[in-house]
Amino acid sequence: MLVIENLHARIGDEDILKGLSLTVKPGEVHAIMGPNGSGKSTLGHVLSGRPGYEVTAGTITYNGEDVLALETEERARQGIFLAFQYPVEIPGVSNMEFLKASVDILREHRGEEALDAVTFMKRAREACTLANLDHSFLKRGVNEGFSGGEKKRNELLQMMLLEPSLAILDETDSGLDIDALQVVAEGVNNMRNDTRSFVLVTHYQRLLNFIKPDYVHVLADGRIVRSGDASLALHLEEHGYAWLDDEVA
Amino acid sequence: MSQELIDERIGKEYSAGFVSDIESDTLPPGLNEDVIRFISAKKDEPEWLLEWRLEAYRGWLEMATPHWAHVDHEPIDYNEISYYSSPKSFEDRPQSLDEVDPQLLEVYEKLGIPLHEQEMLAGVAVDAVFDSVSIGTTFRAKLAEAGVIFCSISEAVHEYPDLVRKYLGSVVPRRDNYYAALNSAVFTDGSFVFIPKGVRCPMELSTYFRINEAKTGQFERTLIIAEEGSHVSYLEGCTAPMRDENQLHAAVVELVALDDAQIKYSTVQNWYPGDANGLGGIYNFVTKRGVAHNRSRISWTQVETGSAVTWKYPSCILRGDDSVGEFYSVALTNNCQQADTGTKMIHLGKRSRSTIISKGISAGRSSNAYRGLVRMSPRAEGARNYTQCDSLLIGDRSAAHTFPYIESRNPSAVVEHEATTSKVSDDQLYLCQQRGLDAEKAVSMIVNGFCKEVFRELPMEFAVEAGKLLEVSLEGSVG
Repeated sequence: MLVIENLHARIGDEDILKGLSLTVKPGEVHAIMGPNGSGKSTLGHVLSGRPGYEVTAGTITYNGEDVLALETEERARQGIFLAFQYPVEIPGVSNMEFLKASVDILREHRGEEALDAVTFMKRAREACTLANLDHSFLKRGVNEGFSGGEKKRNELLQMMLLEPSLAILDETDSGLDIDALQVVAEGVNNMRNDTRSFVLVTHYQRLLNFIKPDYVHVLADGRIVRSGDASLALHLEEHGYAWLDDEVA
Repeated sequence: MSQELIDERIGKEYSAGFVSDIESDTLPPGLNEDVIRFISAKKDEPEWLLEWRLEAYRGWLEMATPHWAHVDHEPIDYNEISYYSSPKSFEDRPQSLDEVDPQLLEVYEKLGIPLHEQEMLAGVAVDAVFDSVSIGTTFRAKLAEAGVIFCSISEAVHEYPDLVRKYLGSVVPRRDNYYAALNSAVFTDGSFVFIPKGVRCPMELSTYFRINEAKTGQFERTLIIAEEGSHVSYLEGCTAPMRDENQLHAAVVELVALDDAQIKYSTVQNWYPGDANGLGGIYNFVTKRGVAHNRSRISWTQVETGSAVTWKYPSCILRGDDSVGEFYSVALTNNCQQADTGTKMIHLGKRSRSTIISKGISAGRSSNAYRGLVRMSPRAEGARNYTQCDSLLIGDRSAAHTFPYIESRNPSAVVEHEATTSKVSDDQLYLCQQRGLDAEKAVSMIVNGFCKEVFRELPMEFAVEAGKLLEVSLEGSVG
């Protein structure tokens, strides 16, 4: 279970999160929506421990552990996964090599046996098929020369293989055509179970046509200003974010 | 090497009359014609070779230390070096691994080197040495069957004097450059390889198998001759760190590829780089060059991670028509290391072709320079060169330099040069860490990816070890 209480965070001199609280229980899917600059992406990076993001107040615990005391890689080993909005390229390092190294260390940390090469290959190919990526993508450099859509689907591929207990998707839907969007949604829906939680950071309601969230939160000016069920997203779709100004003020 | 060692050597008492005192095993520091006579006499060399050495020495005296390289180091006092010291006797060696520097063993461990190999590398006087002798014997028998000669250059001087006399200095003349002249005057040992006409050498040749002669000192001389239509692949060095006590290494390697022959020469250099503050370490000033005759191919592959200062330009003289020269290089510097390395491709033959792929990685406060010459001579009709020269920076205190020289005197020749400089970005590290990898593992993976095109050229087992070696050499470069 993820518990965020009164979280304040800044980048450089700029305060971005100003007292955010959120609880995500095992098996739940939460959507975080909100206008540009409200702090949605910052939330994802603070959770995963990106350097340069400073937490000035508040707490984050995951399964009782103090997340803020952990290094980035230690958070990942606790099962926290972030699907990047802008995945970076690592030339010359094959996707396969990268994924194997990552899967090995996460499995080791979970106390699971290492996968032999054959089993790993089989799983990697299956994940490729589900992510609608040709198997040749496993041999290519990580995101090297991938199109925007391919990069997003590569994030999905990684998520499927790494099997996190908490997955944060940072605007994974943006820039995707409807077919690709469905692929991502299907990937998430297949992975939903009683123990795995998702935080979907999104700007648009359309992703939620395919993934039904348990909760929808509206983020504005670094705080959650409204929470509700899936119907809140539809309300936003219809009325935009302008009505929030009155509530925040 | 440590100051104590220098002091110890300088402080050694002068053992009078070293010319007559042939029984003495180590010369006191100093360089003059008597020293050269001593070395030559000690090795029971023919008169012509002594003259050859003396001629080189006289040339060296007239030459000045080269200063054009992008490196900075204290001047070397050549009279503080001892030019002959016989290998340590069996009793003087460490008797077990317990007596070997634990730090060194830790690195062997990380590289995954088997125990008996660790013993050999550390010079332990136990079974391992016997092992290597027996390996060496079977190995030799197999080579002899194919007509291949693989022995030390001292042996070759006695056993194959005509070949040595014909080819020694034919590629790197005695007075070629300052360090080559010094080497020609005082070289003590090295390898000799001869592949007869039409023979494909049945195995990769490696200095590793001549481990009993590994401690041949700082002035190695290697000569490889591949006769018409023959093939050979030669591996120099090993991936484990060599804590040699010598401060200066000035080696010379000469390759001769006659018509239709192929020589592949791979090096992994991991000499002691000095400590994190730049104290100590090896000066590696090496001249390597090959001559390629008609339709022959010479391929240099190097992975350079060691030494405090590296000055090294494995080159090809593409004398023959349709000859091919290749240079694949990874040079990594960390802490205070300095490297100025690259190649020369001298195109003389028609339609001669060359490829240069250079990957420089600088971490810590180190400086890494690529220096390369591509020369198209007037008669190099239709010659081609392709150069790709990439630099990768780690951290914000390291430096990368590129000095390409292109001279084309034939309008039909084509020269292509591509260069890039990049940095291991924070975003790349963040991605790797978000996927559970620690920063060091992430950097080593990114650097290995950067070097992939060169590692592909290395013999399989070497490539795996080279990857691990980068990981060890990069330790402490992040965080």
